[in-house]
Amino acid sequence: MKYLDEYRDPILARQLADEIHRVTTRAWTLMEICGGQTHAIIKFGIDELLPPALTLIHGPGCPVCVTPLELIDKAIEIAGRPEVIFCSFGDMLRVPGSSRDLLSVKAAGGDVRIVYSPLDAVRLARAHPGREVVFFAVGFETTAPANAMAVFQANREGLKNFSLLVSHVLVPPAMEAILSSPVNRVQGFLAAGHVCTVMGYHEYGPIAARYRVPMVVTGFEPLDILQGVLMCVRQLEAGRAEVENQYCRTVRFEGNRPAQELMKAVFRVIPRKWRGVGEIAASGLGLSAAYAEYDAEQRFGVAAYTAAEPAECISGLILQGVKKPSECPAFGVRCTPERPFGATMVSSEGACAAYYRYRRTPLVGGR
Amino acid sequence: MAEPATTSSFTGTCPVPFRDYPHVLMAHGGGGRLTQQLLRDIFLPAFANPQLDEAHDGAVLEVGAERLAFTTDSYVVRPLFFPGGDIGTLAVNGTVNDLLMCGARPRWLSAGFIIEEGLAMETLWRVAQSMRQSAAAAGVTLVTGDTKVVDKGKGDGLFVTTAGVGVLEWPLHLAPRAVQPGDAVLLSGDLGRHGMAILSVREGLTFEGPIESDCAPLVGPVRALLDAGLQVHCLRDLTRGGLASALNEIAVTAQVQIDIDESAIPVQEAVRGACEMFGLDPLYVANEGRFVAFVPATESGRALALLRGDPLGAGAQRIGQVVAGSAGLVTLRGRIGAQRILDLLSGEQLPRIC
Repeated sequence: MKYLDEYRDPILARQLADEIHRVTTRAWTLMEICGGQTHAIIKFGIDELLPPALTLIHGPGCPVCVTPLELIDKAIEIAGRPEVIFCSFGDMLRVPGSSRDLLSVKAAGGDVRIVYSPLDAVRLARAHPGREVVFFAVGFETTAPANAMAVFQANREGLKNFSLLVSHVLVPPAMEAILSSPVNRVQGFLAAGHVCTVMGYHEYGPIAARYRVPMVVTGFEPLDILQGVLMCVRQLEAGRAEVENQYCRTVRFEGNRPAQELMKAVFRVIPRKWRGVGEIAASGLGLSAAYAEYDAEQRFGVAAYTAAEPAECISGLILQGVKKPSECPAFGVRCTPERPFGATMVSSEGACAAYYRYRRTPLVGGR
Repeated sequence: MAEPATTSSFTGTCPVPFRDYPHVLMAHGGGGRLTQQLLRDIFLPAFANPQLDEAHDGAVLEVGAERLAFTTDSYVVRPLFFPGGDIGTLAVNGTVNDLLMCGARPRWLSAGFIIEEGLAMETLWRVAQSMRQSAAAAGVTLVTGDTKVVDKGKGDGLFVTTAGVGVLEWPLHLAPRAVQPGDAVLLSGDLGRHGMAILSVREGLTFEGPIESDCAPLVGPVRALLDAGLQVHCLRDLTRGGLASALNEIAVTAQVQIDIDESAIPVQEAVRGACEMFGLDPLYVANEGRFVAFVPATESGRALALLRGDPLGAGAQRIGQVVAGSAGLVTLRGRIGAQRILDLLSGEQLPRIC
């Protein structure tokens, strides 16, 4: 298929892998930020093509995984109300809250719907003026503009029965949190291509300089990832710590300006709690004062909810790249996609789910 | 901690762990792990018998000197009409294909209609006409049926259940258990069209060309294999859960490992595009006119030629082989060369597509 097959060519992949082998003279640890990259790496077996001296660790870039337990509980509480049509991307439905998940709310009679775009939720609000339509606005900078557009449109049309349950998080503060951690092992980053499509990569220069860490904005196909790794290793071997753009067919330095403007109008930067990591200052988005009336937490009185995470789950260490899923004693035994402890096992982008799905036995792949 | 299994005796306690799901979820009908759990924990222990334990698409029954195949299936597709078919063609072809997968010649069908109050009479008429045409094309007769009407809001327009009886005319015993190391895995054509046709209509997406369901009776290609006297070990149609789920079920039942090669699996351009957009894997998407055949590797060349001789098998490919390996495991050799597990889905990929 055009625009895909070119980036999955086995011969070119081999050539890139050979080049990585050639330039790697020492052990390096890289982190891919985005869950989509993690999934591609495991699905296509890209890590098996790399020299043993290179270690890829899987970053916090799965929005489903980092959504804190209490937000899932809030969603479940709101979705169970008879007047509510609760709309979400499919992946969020299986994430366990403290006692159950959104799929169970649906089975118990709650009106929970999977939508492919937040604008579908606006359409539902228009079609059902007597109901409250709530959209679960989850994601990084990638999904924020579309969610901002949904609120913007609802406001322009005067749709009072639409609101957002916001759980937006931002990538650069999470990178800083990882780099400043005393257990940090990351020496180079593959930055998330789609986040940078929206935001550009001007924010990364100061971080790369401060922590002396190379960053390569990287795409999601096998050749993208291999090329991103090669560029990152070349920098490390040469002692450089710069921001480079592998994903130049999509990403511009300044990003998508109209999308950023819309985000700025609808959202404001706030501290956010990350599942397994804890609160990070200025690491998320909430609705701005001008759009505060669209905040589902306020509308449904759930803002004060808190929840403790399961003690045995190490998803926090996995999200920070300190441990691999296979190092967790519960992995594949007590914690499976059917009975997940934490969101890294539930989300299809989660590192644990990717490991479980593609290589849980030592017979296949895996180093 | 896993609780001890107590499914062998009736204790009055539901063996499905309630702490997981006290209510049935859509995913219990998705053909993946949760569906398997329903079967394993509720239905199989309740009805256990040798025919059911074969875990085949239908049961094979001996009646005097005759061997009959018997199967049933329910259809809850939405929308009722879609590119390439409708609920009527699905209901006939689905049951016809299940009988064929048992190695039987399909003969007789029953049909049960659960109709929601308010359904347009013309809709019902069109479905009946489709069923008549599909039955004629497959050489089966609809010999008995039932009609129920439920209150408005208690159904989804129309649900159809068909059951079918066929006669085993070939001296073969096709079953997942008969699959053995050394078998070749043959796929009758491209994957994913039915599921993506339904989803595209539901989501209002159009692609360069419309994606049409592959819904079809598989009489031609199956008869071609069986009439030629090939030593076929197992046939399986690739409906709910797609190729990946079918291979996983067979690998578990036959206690073998199945290795397949992604680059040998045909998928139409439009289907690949749609799958990329929805974030789905075509190997898990439902088909209604595709099957896999397990034959001894020595017969695979001849079997492929026979399949390709029929229009419904024109795109047939050899996609892999059965090895002793690790019992119950299915692996996929990807396009860039790495091998990985091809697992059962835990939940559902698509809601209610067949």
